[in-house]
Amino acid sequence: MSLLRFRPTFLENLKEIKVPFEDQALDSLVAGDLISLTGTMYTGRDQTHRRLCALLDEGKDLPVDLAGQLLYYVGPTPAKPGQVIGAAGPTTSYRMDAYTPRLLSLGLKGTLGKGARSQEVREAMRKSKAVYLATIGGAGALLSKCIKSSELIAFEDAGAEALFRFEVEEFPAIVINDLAGRDFYEIAATQNR
Amino acid sequence: MREIEGREITEAVKSIVIDAACGLEPDILDALVAARDRESCALSQNILDLLLINADIASRESIPVCQDTGVGVVFVLLGQDVKVIGDLYAALQEGVRSGYDEGFLRKSVCDPLTRVNTGTNTPAVIHLELEPGDQIRIFFLPKGCGSENMSGLVMLPPSAGREGIVNYVVETAVAAGPNPCPPGIVGVGIGGTFEQAAIISKKALLRPVGEKSPRADVAALEEEILSRINEKGTGVHGFGGNNSMLAVHIETCPTHIASLPVAVNIQCHAHRHKEIVL
Repeated sequence: MSLLRFRPTFLENLKEIKVPFEDQALDSLVAGDLISLTGTMYTGRDQTHRRLCALLDEGKDLPVDLAGQLLYYVGPTPAKPGQVIGAAGPTTSYRMDAYTPRLLSLGLKGTLGKGARSQEVREAMRKSKAVYLATIGGAGALLSKCIKSSELIAFEDAGAEALFRFEVEEFPAIVINDLAGRDFYEIAATQNR
Repeated sequence: MREIEGREITEAVKSIVIDAACGLEPDILDALVAARDRESCALSQNILDLLLINADIASRESIPVCQDTGVGVVFVLLGQDVKVIGDLYAALQEGVRSGYDEGFLRKSVCDPLTRVNTGTNTPAVIHLELEPGDQIRIFFLPKGCGSENMSGLVMLPPSAGREGIVNYVVETAVAAGPNPCPPGIVGVGIGGTFEQAAIISKKALLRPVGEKSPRADVAALEEEILSRINEKGTGVHGFGGNNSMLAVHIETCPTHIASLPVAVNIQCHAHRHKEIVL
């Protein structure tokens, strides 16, 4: 079957956003905006979150300064020889909810995953003026094309759950929670029925 | 008796482990195309387009469709006239281990308490059954846990009846929202015991996507539940529209006069599965 007849308009006219976020860049984002991210983002999922918070509990420095940064919830497949990275789509975000308010208090400005966040995280995002973005779950092969480099930063023994720094170009995402507290999943479920 | 070497089984499992991760089968691709063509929400239709392009890139370039290459679930139907030379379970596990290793697939299996990764993606979950004949049929279902985590099981009182079943399945699928990467498949197991309901709800996912139950009353139940879920408007990835789920597959099993177990096993749109016959 040829899949070439599928030509999504999604990838046209995306709002271009640099990461880490520039001052005031988040002010203009509205829940439902389709955006493309270019720049640097850090990665982390269950184990990285657990370990970052354990370091904070011990009063130690984190391996990265999260101020102004975007944290992508991903555990990629291993790169084959010659590849930058394997499949690298988002994991479900709610599992990070228990840790997110603490990381937001360090100045983290955005998180990227899939699925809705808890009320507590939404409230913490409003207080610290941070956004939550979703990208396309189960599109790991496609999204790997937007990742231009991957560097291991910490927690190597956690395997795919380690903390990496990605250089990305035109990485597609959707604004779920904006600074005004709107939630695109709530909006979509009523408006796009 | 037909003799089959353990290493032949290992090689067969390894090949389907690698193939399943990178190539979606025609049943799920056709279901996604059909959903794309009937999608009412423009954004959701765009996402379905991207998922089809993703599947195309994955199969052409041998990149996993999704980075969650799953916990390996292996259903083995062993012909009772087959004599396996060697340790069958070890041969199956070695096939899974070498497939994840050589296929550059993610190792996602860890101790439930310490959370330390086993480093091999084993042990896989193996369901072994005997059947007549001298073949071995092996079904491999790498199960992503974004969807697995949205599953549920309830022991309903028999008085809850058909309505109770419909309500529980619909509530479970709708409460999952965007988390399990919809539109996927809802595997439902009704009857049996606590564990049997769960196992047949997983087995329901092995049916070709959208194939109806051969029992007319069960097929009607599948249709009603699917339309109830899709009326709620969760849509593709929670972005709205009329494709929250692609299919509901129900398996049933006789149960105790006091019981009505209902298990719901949610599967994502990246429904990877592969079968081999030895």
